[in-house]
Amino acid sequence: MLLSELWFLLIGVLFVGFMFLEGFDFGVGMSTRFLAKNDLDRRMLIQTIGPTWAANEVWLVTAVGAMFAAFPHWYATLLSGYYMPVIVLLLALIARGVSFEFRDRVESERWVKTWDWSIFIGSIFPPFILGLTFASLIKGLPIDADMNMYAGFFDIVNTYTVVGGLTFVALSYLHGLTFISLKTVGTLRTRARKEAQKWYAITGGLVFWFIILTVFYTEAFSAKGPILIPLYILVGILYGALMLLLRNKKEGFSFTVTGIILIMITASFFIALFPNVMISSLDVAHNITIYEAVSGDYSLRIMTIVAATMIPVVLGYTFWTYYVFRKRVSKKENLNY
Amino acid sequence: MDALMLARIQFASTTLFHFIFVPLSIGLALLIAIMQTMYVFKKEEIYLKMTKFWSIFFLINFAIGVVTGIFQEFQFGMNWSTYSRFVGDIFGAPLALEALLAFFLEATFIGLWVFGRDKLPEKIHLACIWLVSIGTMLSAFWIMAANSFMHNPVGFVLQNGRAEMNDFLALLSNEKLWVAFPHTVLGSFATGAFFIIGVSAWYIFRKRDVDFFKRSMNIALVVGLLSGLGIAFTGHSQATYLMHAQPMKMAAAEGLWEDSGDPAAWTVVTSIDVENKTSSNRIDIPYLLSYLAYGKFSGKVEGMNTLQEKYVLQYGDGNYVPPVKTTFWSFRIMAGTGGVLIVLSAFGLLLSFRKKLETSTKYLKFMVPAIFLPFIGNSFGWIMSEIGRQPWVVNGLMKTADAVSPNVSAGKVLFSLITFSTIYLILGLVMVYLFIRVIKQGPHEKVKEDVSTSDPFETGEMQHATK
Repeated sequence: MLLSELWFLLIGVLFVGFMFLEGFDFGVGMSTRFLAKNDLDRRMLIQTIGPTWAANEVWLVTAVGAMFAAFPHWYATLLSGYYMPVIVLLLALIARGVSFEFRDRVESERWVKTWDWSIFIGSIFPPFILGLTFASLIKGLPIDADMNMYAGFFDIVNTYTVVGGLTFVALSYLHGLTFISLKTVGTLRTRARKEAQKWYAITGGLVFWFIILTVFYTEAFSAKGPILIPLYILVGILYGALMLLLRNKKEGFSFTVTGIILIMITASFFIALFPNVMISSLDVAHNITIYEAVSGDYSLRIMTIVAATMIPVVLGYTFWTYYVFRKRVSKKENLNY
Repeated sequence: MDALMLARIQFASTTLFHFIFVPLSIGLALLIAIMQTMYVFKKEEIYLKMTKFWSIFFLINFAIGVVTGIFQEFQFGMNWSTYSRFVGDIFGAPLALEALLAFFLEATFIGLWVFGRDKLPEKIHLACIWLVSIGTMLSAFWIMAANSFMHNPVGFVLQNGRAEMNDFLALLSNEKLWVAFPHTVLGSFATGAFFIIGVSAWYIFRKRDVDFFKRSMNIALVVGLLSGLGIAFTGHSQATYLMHAQPMKMAAAEGLWEDSGDPAAWTVVTSIDVENKTSSNRIDIPYLLSYLAYGKFSGKVEGMNTLQEKYVLQYGDGNYVPPVKTTFWSFRIMAGTGGVLIVLSAFGLLLSFRKKLETSTKYLKFMVPAIFLPFIGNSFGWIMSEIGRQPWVVNGLMKTADAVSPNVSAGKVLFSLITFSTIYLILGLVMVYLFIRVIKQGPHEKVKEDVSTSDPFETGEMQHATK
């Protein structure tokens, strides 16, 4: 494997890891409106992700940083071309990030409500924008011979990409619900499980619709069918099993399965994209491949050495953190929020 | 206005805003780590109280610093795509490494520190805040490594129409990095220290929790004085660095159009006439510029006119003189605040040593607005450094005007400028509001009532859930 391919894989893994980890954080953020009935519910829900959501968000920051370093052309084309969606994404992440810190600082109902809305909006937009972005990436965008994207509104926002965005929102919410049923006790835990059963059909419908649309709107299946077809079949099987797991209150397994589904759907974008990083809707010759977008070999080698040394350390303390906070959140302990 | 101008305004404003919070985070993290260390080893409750009280400010500030930092990572690609394509190979690497080596450390251990107080052994909990503190400094290191490349490009080779990295160690041992990083971090320590000094002074002046705040203030005064002295020392090494690496910035910072005499005098104030390329009404201190530039009392310094001619020969036609007045006055404001910091913290320590702190009401009163001094110094130091680098985005390699995204319209940049300014303004106001509230409330923990009350339905709920 070439270093450029390794780094494409690594960036894919970072995005996949981000969707898995921050996916349930976003889901918990959405649940503060859909599931919570009162302020105590909300505080307990936020407590479940309190110690870890910030580190989970670093997966995105690292993915984009690695993109900049390993594939400058990918980074430049993507961020300048997706100007407006990126603004929405960043504003949502800003609003969400400060709200966790701000919401309990003032004992006023209006104050808390304001920041709760900010958490909710900040949790629903990022998965939507990411789904939108991933979907339009594999559909293709107007990219010229100079690698610059001149995308109009409907190049980025159309039926296919909106379904992609909604699929990610629904999957994140479902993933969040299985996480909540794993991390709380009492009625919250029961309600989360019931809510997951309620959303099961809607989410499944979106995933199914999205896969069907992918066949019609993209070249993904004609190019990567042998990998994507078994992958999506596996998604279908797991999704079927999820119903049984939810019914039988297998919380750990349910969470694992919603996680794997998010992982596989996110990974499918990178599989469909490879060996391109950007697909041009104007001319196949304007597709940007990883070999064209990549940095110099020296730079990649240095970063590979650092990454190979440091990623195990980072993963080590990440796992340790989840171990430290392995207990369910209950009303008996002191809530930070 | 065109997209270039708007993108410049956006970069300057978002970076300056971000740079209000970062130094305070770095400084407070260190001071809180020191306080908690004193608690763990001295076992006095007051230090635990101190850790908890000052950490409220730290956490609020840290949150804003983090979220405004995310935009920094994205805006190179959004507004400056030509720049990103040209230097991504060598400029992107430190940014990626910052995320991997510093952000993960900060974000993970701050979670462990805040939420793990009752779950971790005391010393491991202490290690968490130190790791956060180290993380904030590492973060600064990688950002300064990237920034230093823009001032003093090293470790690269021009090929395939791009600057490609060919020497990572050169990037890490960049001379600019090693004069700028200590200077910036020490400035950050002073920022944290002066914040604690100022808030403490307010309480001592009002005779509230005097013992608590006298102790806080003493720790901060020591950190303030030591970092103040360090700032002066590293500031001097910045000047000698500028002389050979960025002489145009040095000349602009001096308002020096023609070559100086030998020995060169340092100009305290002057009126600069950019159109006629002259500075008049100078007040000079003899020998001082030679000393700043070379560390000895002789040697002449080249003026902007000479350098302009040189650069035209080297890089072709163009204006290579940065905005002189901004560079000149920013430098003086920065250096001035640095000097005042040293005097104020030394004087405070003297008062404290003589046990006169409580009765020195004038000093206490003055230290409250003095909270803003380091922020002013930081901001103007940054303005001097970055404005003084113009017209270059990467010194000698790429001009700022050529770095902008070709596919982003002025309307889009204007839209993002307006939305981000609005949300940043709100964040700033919320922070001030929260800080004032916390200060008014004082160092007594609030207890949330509904947590400690017993819930009669608790057991019922448990059974219900496990059914």
